[in-house]
Amino acid sequence: MRKAIKNDKESLKSEEHIREIKRRDFFKLLGGGIFIFFQPFDAFDLLELQAQQGRSLPKDFNAFLQITEDGLVNCYTGKVEMGQGAITSLPQIMADELDVPYEKVKMFMGDTDLCPWDRGTNGSQTIRTFSISMRAAAAEAKAVLMQLASENLHVPVSRLEVKDGLVSDTANNRSKVSYGELTKGKKIERHLDRKAVLKDAAKFKYVGKPYLHQDARIKVTGEAEFSADIKLPGLLHARILRPPSHGAKLLTADVSEAEKIKGVRVVRDGELIAVLSDDRDKADQAIVKVKAEYSFDEIKVDDKTIFDRILNAKSTANVVRSNGDPETGRKISDTVIESEFHNSYVAHAPIEPHAATAMIEGDKITAWVSTQTPFPAQESIAREMNVPLEKVRVITPFVGAGFGGKSAHRQSVEAVKLARITGRPVVVAWTRQEEFFYDTFRPAAVVKITSGMDKSGRITLWDYHTYYAGSRGSDTIYDVQHSRTTDYSRGSVHPFGTGAWRAPGNNTNTFARESQINIMASKAGIDPLDFRLKNLKDEKMIGVLKAVADKFGYTSAKNPSGRGYGIACGTDVGTWVAHMAEVKVDKNTGHVQVIRVACAQDMGLCINPQGATIQMEGCITMGMGYALTEEIQFQGGNIRNQSFDTYEIPRFSWVPKIDTVIMDRKDQAPQGGGEPAIICMGAVIANAVFDATGARLYQLPMTPERILAAMKKA
Amino acid sequence: MEETIRFELNGKRTELLLDPNQTLLWVLRYKCGLTGTKYGCGMGFCGACTVLLEGEPVRSCMLPVSDAANKKIITIEGLARNGDLHPLQKAFMEYDALQCGYCTPGMIMTAVGLLMKNPEPSQQDIIKGMEDNLCRCGSHVRIIKAIQTAGKEMKGGR
Repeated sequence: MRKAIKNDKESLKSEEHIREIKRRDFFKLLGGGIFIFFQPFDAFDLLELQAQQGRSLPKDFNAFLQITEDGLVNCYTGKVEMGQGAITSLPQIMADELDVPYEKVKMFMGDTDLCPWDRGTNGSQTIRTFSISMRAAAAEAKAVLMQLASENLHVPVSRLEVKDGLVSDTANNRSKVSYGELTKGKKIERHLDRKAVLKDAAKFKYVGKPYLHQDARIKVTGEAEFSADIKLPGLLHARILRPPSHGAKLLTADVSEAEKIKGVRVVRDGELIAVLSDDRDKADQAIVKVKAEYSFDEIKVDDKTIFDRILNAKSTANVVRSNGDPETGRKISDTVIESEFHNSYVAHAPIEPHAATAMIEGDKITAWVSTQTPFPAQESIAREMNVPLEKVRVITPFVGAGFGGKSAHRQSVEAVKLARITGRPVVVAWTRQEEFFYDTFRPAAVVKITSGMDKSGRITLWDYHTYYAGSRGSDTIYDVQHSRTTDYSRGSVHPFGTGAWRAPGNNTNTFARESQINIMASKAGIDPLDFRLKNLKDEKMIGVLKAVADKFGYTSAKNPSGRGYGIACGTDVGTWVAHMAEVKVDKNTGHVQVIRVACAQDMGLCINPQGATIQMEGCITMGMGYALTEEIQFQGGNIRNQSFDTYEIPRFSWVPKIDTVIMDRKDQAPQGGGEPAIICMGAVIANAVFDATGARLYQLPMTPERILAAMKKA
Repeated sequence: MEETIRFELNGKRTELLLDPNQTLLWVLRYKCGLTGTKYGCGMGFCGACTVLLEGEPVRSCMLPVSDAANKKIITIEGLARNGDLHPLQKAFMEYDALQCGYCTPGMIMTAVGLLMKNPEPSQQDIIKGMEDNLCRCGSHVRIIKAIQTAGKEMKGGR
């Protein structure tokens, strides 16, 4: 028999880890059963994280799995559900590994009292990192259950089989016992710190099958609770005084007119000035009555001059990777092409603005927060309120999407502060204007590329410089003898907050790289798909390109062909993607209509093909926005876009026919699915616009004005 | 300033004593406890707050509650009958026509209004009718299919 359970000595060693968790009364809250604690990062991740964060992570394990006394499987994790479908796909993995019905598995997510520490839901980590450990924990739990069953039925483990949570003796099928019976009255803890033996992928019953959103029913009935939906007696609605621009400093504030409104309470706490009322309308009326004066000390930059500022900034140049020698590459090139690409600031613009509801009972703070980072939010609240961590509970209800924007959680601290000052529960639900103002925009960026090729169309030089986009997605991906990638960052160039935006860095880098490849293909007089295949060695990239061409029904042609076909490919979070698109360009107005988009994705083992397809469709749809219209307009710290009238996101009339292909890779580790399919959207549309019109766009978004201007030059 | 406002909310007679200038959205959410109706932009651009007023989809974030006086209001919570979901709710589930689910109530309420006027909408009719409801997750293709399917089912008699 394989030794599946840790010996007592090892268990004792883990006592220290467990003590932390015990302190938080997990067991009191959760009752008995089997608990498997696990750590969803590998050792390298942990080291890197420590280096990045400049502090050590909490020692406790990051998640745990519980087999309850009635045979249910509960997984507690700091990850959150924000539409990406983790609440649906993670139970598929556990149901398979534990041999229990899918319905018996439940996720408990983003509650800091119930779930162990987690840094947050971002970077498509939930499946490719977290689920790997979760699956191992499930395997460990099964091993414990089999051991218990062996003792219970008095037969060796090797003679046992499990079906739907029922363990039976293969030699005597009347002898059986359920997981529930096995866990009854038990309290068994295990700590996963080694590789578990996993189920053979060929035996999967749930993984790889399409599952509909598990949370759909409560979302179509209005029952699903979001952070501003928490019903508490005595709830106060808060509106907070906001500066007119980033960089503005409050000099004076006259709140006397606001105070005159019956039923309104005005609160001042240092810089924080808020009006609160039982009625949201009254708070809305009161906040505009506050007369405030500011001094302005802003960076003199706007959405047109930002690119010069980026290029001239004192930044740190960091060679991310290099191969051969660019000077030699230049010498052996027959054609050298230099291009400069610009990308604008864009907003996350989830339909749910940031919101938080806070309540304080005695010395215990509870906050329901719309966030991708419940534990960092808990830390921020504890720090700002000067209380120990365990006195703060952050609960993450459903999150009305994040895309990176809800890693920032300023609203949680605001709500808690106001609850403390007023002694009442408080909801801080940002207006759309506040959402645009405090959003951590995707940074504007510049990419400069000097590339060369020989007469046959082989790429001989690739000198790539990315300024403030970030290096994600800046890989050369093509087989080039002489290449170098340099990343410029770290200087402070932005007049307001920036942050991770769905596939950070990669949207800008893939736009630049894949546009440049088409520029070269066109110059070489070679079809852009053929040009890529000629210069690629990466089998996976070749695989997705061929798959997408097949799905699209692509035939070769030199660009511009007049057909309006575009192509682009790239990698993100361990996944390979390739896109093709067909567009129509109105040559009088410069308006682009995307007719159809096909996308092929190699994401390793696909847990839930339904969920993965929906993410691909979502990426394609959302990605049309940054490609065509989305752009933050600003003057210094003054954000001009305040709502969806001036910041245009994709609508029903934009939506193309979408075809998706997921490569069959059951034998490989699962990779990210929430971000990859958005990275090509800038380039695939830019290349299609070129193919339609002969006009090359070097800047996103490709607004009608920019398209008309490019057409004039073409 | 406060007065009694009466309306029929999801089939129930409702009477509230309040300032008639209060916004219908906030009254529904915080006085009536119906938080399925969402705030998205407060300016009528996104449609997350859509409810039916006398069978017409309206943006509750733009409407004083007095405009609803003596009228029939239906919110997302009032669509199901005796636990039996409305064909649009079922179709949204069947087509997985949502991700984060925040815009979903507004989408469904707008679609109910659309199908009441035009039980057999073409794809173009749906696009036109739904154009001013925003979804950031990109569920549009599925929402269109769900509305088409629900329209067919409703015509088949429910």
